[in-house]
Amino acid sequence: MGEAGKLTAGTLRFREGRLLSLFRFGGLFGLAFFVFAMVLLIFGKNPVRAYADILSSTLGSVYGFSEVLVKMIPLVLTAAAVAVPSKIWLINVGGEGQLYIGALFATWGALNFSSLPAWILLPLIFVLGFFGGGLWASISGILRARGWVSETISTLLLNYVAILLVNFFVFGSWKDPESANYPQTAPFPDAATLPAFGGTRVHLGFIFALCSLILFYLVLSRTRWGLEMRAIGANPEAARRNGISIARYIVLLMFIGGGIAGLAGMSEVSAIQGQLRPNLSPGYGFTGFLISWMAGGDPLGIVAAAFLLAIISAGGDILQMTQGIPGSVVNILMALILFVVLARRGPKGGGR
Amino acid sequence: MIGSFFAGLLSGSISAGTPLLYATLGEVIAERAGIINLGLEGVMLMGAVVGFSTTVQTGSAALGIFAAALAGGIFNMVFGFLVITRRANQLASGLALMFCGVGLSALLGAPYIGSRIQGLNEIRIPLLSDLPVVGATFFHYDILIYLTVPIAILGWWVLFYTRWGLSLRAVGEDPTAAFAAGKNPYALQYQALLIAGVLGGIAGAHLSLASAKTWAEWMTAGRGFIAVALVIFSKWHPLRAIVGALLFGGAIAFQLQMQARGVPVSPFLLDMLPYLLSLAVLAIWGGARGHAAPASLGRVFQGTE
Repeated sequence: MGEAGKLTAGTLRFREGRLLSLFRFGGLFGLAFFVFAMVLLIFGKNPVRAYADILSSTLGSVYGFSEVLVKMIPLVLTAAAVAVPSKIWLINVGGEGQLYIGALFATWGALNFSSLPAWILLPLIFVLGFFGGGLWASISGILRARGWVSETISTLLLNYVAILLVNFFVFGSWKDPESANYPQTAPFPDAATLPAFGGTRVHLGFIFALCSLILFYLVLSRTRWGLEMRAIGANPEAARRNGISIARYIVLLMFIGGGIAGLAGMSEVSAIQGQLRPNLSPGYGFTGFLISWMAGGDPLGIVAAAFLLAIISAGGDILQMTQGIPGSVVNILMALILFVVLARRGPKGGGR
Repeated sequence: MIGSFFAGLLSGSISAGTPLLYATLGEVIAERAGIINLGLEGVMLMGAVVGFSTTVQTGSAALGIFAAALAGGIFNMVFGFLVITRRANQLASGLALMFCGVGLSALLGAPYIGSRIQGLNEIRIPLLSDLPVVGATFFHYDILIYLTVPIAILGWWVLFYTRWGLSLRAVGEDPTAAFAAGKNPYALQYQALLIAGVLGGIAGAHLSLASAKTWAEWMTAGRGFIAVALVIFSKWHPLRAIVGALLFGGAIAFQLQMQARGVPVSPFLLDMLPYLLSLAVLAIWGGARGHAAPASLGRVFQGTE
């Protein structure tokens, strides 16, 4: 386990002066926004209007703000999926695949038990989504615990297998015969649709996301398991000699992390899409990885980073309409923010 | 019937495997220097869009390939600056580079959506191309396809039989020891990333100039990640990468052949095989030294202060 943790080191620094680092991050983000403005200028677009459009469409109205919260749900969940195993230096790059498998399991439950009432069906798809994502991540956990394959590589590879598996069912036996040529399953019954709040699309997944962060924080700081996790994180050899089973923690934390990502898939398919489609996620799992990395695995930091990236990602749709810029151009802004953070973090204790 | 099926399958595998092989060879060199680049997807996209727009503007596919190689190399230097000079986390930097490439290529390519080009010409070799079956299977390709195997062999020779290759691999195994032996890990890693970017750019150019002959947003569709998987599958060896690229390309070609013949086969299970095989290869050989990844892959050389 020679991999000293970038994530762990990041956490420590973040805690040392959260306020101070927030200010520093503000300055860095300013630089990123400036560079993105320059890029837009070069391509003959009006950066001031672009930023004004992004801000007014996201923070300028209740609806816009609610859409930011909607975007935050899968981002926070997939970031938590990375943060949990990162406490013992496991690098989970498989949030995307775990999200897909969570959605797959939840869809299976929703379509096969569609006659059940909501108070049974919703908990059922919750458990199925968690279990599916968890199972998928435990494959990597077991491979790592046995010392066969590094979890970084196996989680990365299993992303594609997961997406292909969803495609296999959606194009194959689960395809809704009513939907003509569209590869999609039958719609979820109402009883399997996560309720949303007050006329917005903000759904119960938001509570799941917040609860998973709070639970993560409480378990880590207040329980014996958290103590043991921190012990493994600080010095695996010493932890092992004190009788802590590292292999068990590796599999368990991968299961929990994957399960949380599975919840992201479950809530997206149930509340937002309403049926399983091949393009369920535009890379939430990868963005989640970056969020957790930026936040150093810190729950509050995850919320802040997810909020920022959710604004940017929601802004992409609006730029397409008002400025005639391809929506994916906001990926540049997101990448620039990450670049400045990455470049800033570097010299001291960088890498792993 | 069976003969033409296999001939079609093989020629399809070669075409589909070509961009994969270029990208994989680049990533092999980068990873041999200890750097894993998940941003290959972005590099390929930049190559695809720059190659395509240059070809539209100049009418020359050769210039397009050159511009794509240049763009890939320069774009990868951004990654190099982060992970080498600023010693940033490689996985996070790679993913950020991917997002940057997705966005930047969409912006650059927007005016060229729907443009048409003649693309890369097929080069016929006198006599050989006229042979029945063999000619159609092996000798009706563009220049980039013909060059794949020579470049793979060149990469193998450079990595394993030159002083530079030895130094590069030494840096990938233990940069501190390499530094102590008088090498400059930073310079070597930058050189490796430059080559990787050039090859990634060419890989993207083959997609837009030869395969699709058009530009579409995110047209690499995950091939950059497939190449990262292929590096693992080929166990960081340029020659095994040829086999890997043929196999991964073959999975794509097999579906096309089956579809063309109206055989209902799910392409998705087949597509999983390369990934599962990569995992199996790793699980079986992963523990044994000599088959494993470069020892300091993903780690950051902290300098000597």
